[in-house]
Amino acid sequence: MSMTDRLVPILTVLAAILVLWYAATVRMNATWVFDQAQRAGTTVTWAEVIPQTMAQERPLLPPPHQVLSELWKGVAGQAITSKRSLVYHGYVTFRGTMLGFILGIMLGTGLAMAIVRFRVMEFSVMPWAIISQTIPIVALAPMILTLSNQMGVDNREVPKAIIAAYLSFFPVLVSMVKGLRAPDHMQLDLLKTYGASQRQTFAKLRLPASLPYFFASLKVAVAAALVGTIVGELPTGAIEGLGARMLIGSQFGQPLIMWSALFAAAILAGGLILAVGLIERLANARMGVRA
Amino acid sequence: MNTPVIEATGLNLTFETADGPVHALKDVDLTISKGEFVSFIGPSGCGKTTLLRCIAALERPTGGSLSVNGMTADAARQSRAYGYVFQAAGLYPWRTIAGNVKLPLEIMGYSKADQDEKVRKVLELVELSGFGGKFPWQLSGGMQQRASIARALAFDADILLMDEPFGALDEIVRDRLNEELLKLWARTQKTIAFVTHSIPEAVYLSTKIVVMSPRPGRITDIIDSPLPRMRPLDIRDSQVFIDIAHRVREGLRAGHVDD
Repeated sequence: MSMTDRLVPILTVLAAILVLWYAATVRMNATWVFDQAQRAGTTVTWAEVIPQTMAQERPLLPPPHQVLSELWKGVAGQAITSKRSLVYHGYVTFRGTMLGFILGIMLGTGLAMAIVRFRVMEFSVMPWAIISQTIPIVALAPMILTLSNQMGVDNREVPKAIIAAYLSFFPVLVSMVKGLRAPDHMQLDLLKTYGASQRQTFAKLRLPASLPYFFASLKVAVAAALVGTIVGELPTGAIEGLGARMLIGSQFGQPLIMWSALFAAAILAGGLILAVGLIERLANARMGVRA
Repeated sequence: MNTPVIEATGLNLTFETADGPVHALKDVDLTISKGEFVSFIGPSGCGKTTLLRCIAALERPTGGSLSVNGMTADAARQSRAYGYVFQAAGLYPWRTIAGNVKLPLEIMGYSKADQDEKVRKVLELVELSGFGGKFPWQLSGGMQQRASIARALAFDADILLMDEPFGALDEIVRDRLNEELLKLWARTQKTIAFVTHSIPEAVYLSTKIVVMSPRPGRITDIIDSPLPRMRPLDIRDSQVFIDIAHRVREGLRAGHVDD
């Protein structure tokens, strides 16, 4: 597939989204313009209304270009150490995400190893792992924050990482259980004929065989860690991170702040997934996967 | 050359299944001497693979005695007495050919220099020198199977157990590999036990042909081949060859129950 073959469908969808978005902007923000006109006792035509729906200070739905310019202001408009910089808040969220992501990988991989090694773990651990994912994280997040606060953890980094890990360990666990069990009877028998130990079977066969499953799960896990981190930043009291920024925007009636934080989070997510994909490609090349 | 390497007496193996016990092996008596090339031939379900797996201690017989290299099959496996070649090459896709051949050496704790030396030698033996750096998918099926034979030979066990190693390959490739296997056997002086369901393959390769029958899995005939150890491919057109093949076919027919 050539570059243009790939770009055309993407750009078509993007254009469709933009058209719908602008249409919705006009529709939603027009109400306010009409109300203002009525209060002033004047009438307005659609030709006058449309430009006014594009540049409101507190629009119901900001148009794309307004979000982008706010985003640009947040990224490049001030020192990155400023509390109003999206780079600063993005970094706080990124740090939390990475911490939770790594914690989630360790937890998911560790549990999967135990489950594959000891059958009894499958029946004792797996059901709880599944149940854990049915509890809404928004209900759990404040509890984790309160609990860790009571246990004397002052900063928000630890509880945030726990919430992120809580969401991200699960895809890793499920994939790794499947991956570590991927080797078939013949491959296991082969190692048996060498008199290989459990540890050797794990290191030489199960672990490398599970890597494709591992990388497939990482993309899901990193996105889940980001969501977990943002949820961890939402409960009142948080002042740092993209989640806190979104909440401030919504509480103080600053939709532009909310939307720009939302977009910053989306860009961060895209970057993280690209990075994981890159690591996967490098690992694949090293492991002889045909391109 | 007459030291017994593998000795089975009254060997029985019964699998308990949901439909009752299945007699995979019944009263198997067999002696394989050093340097022999023994083929197990029979229809599916006759226990030929099961017998090989018993020798490899991958299955545990439920009765009788079995010794490999003068010890129990389990002890023989632990002392790395044999190399095993499976039906499928089963190379690890994430390792290069050299890496795959190196696998048993890594597990058995050979030094790095030893590993490289043995890999080089054994790849040369199966005529895959120069392919060590390739990944399995870059090789044909026949070459992959040769690599898996190299892997079984790498640690220099003197018994080679082969479970229909060429079953999935086409006739032309199979002929060539059969010829190469004979050369390899002559050069290495190994004792080879070989499972097959091809009569010409069994007759061409073996010094001893063990004909087996299903339900229960048992030996119906053991044929000591009068063919010389070194055989050109066209020996298959000789009268002796045809006579042995005929006897094998008769043995297979006698043991075959139509059901």
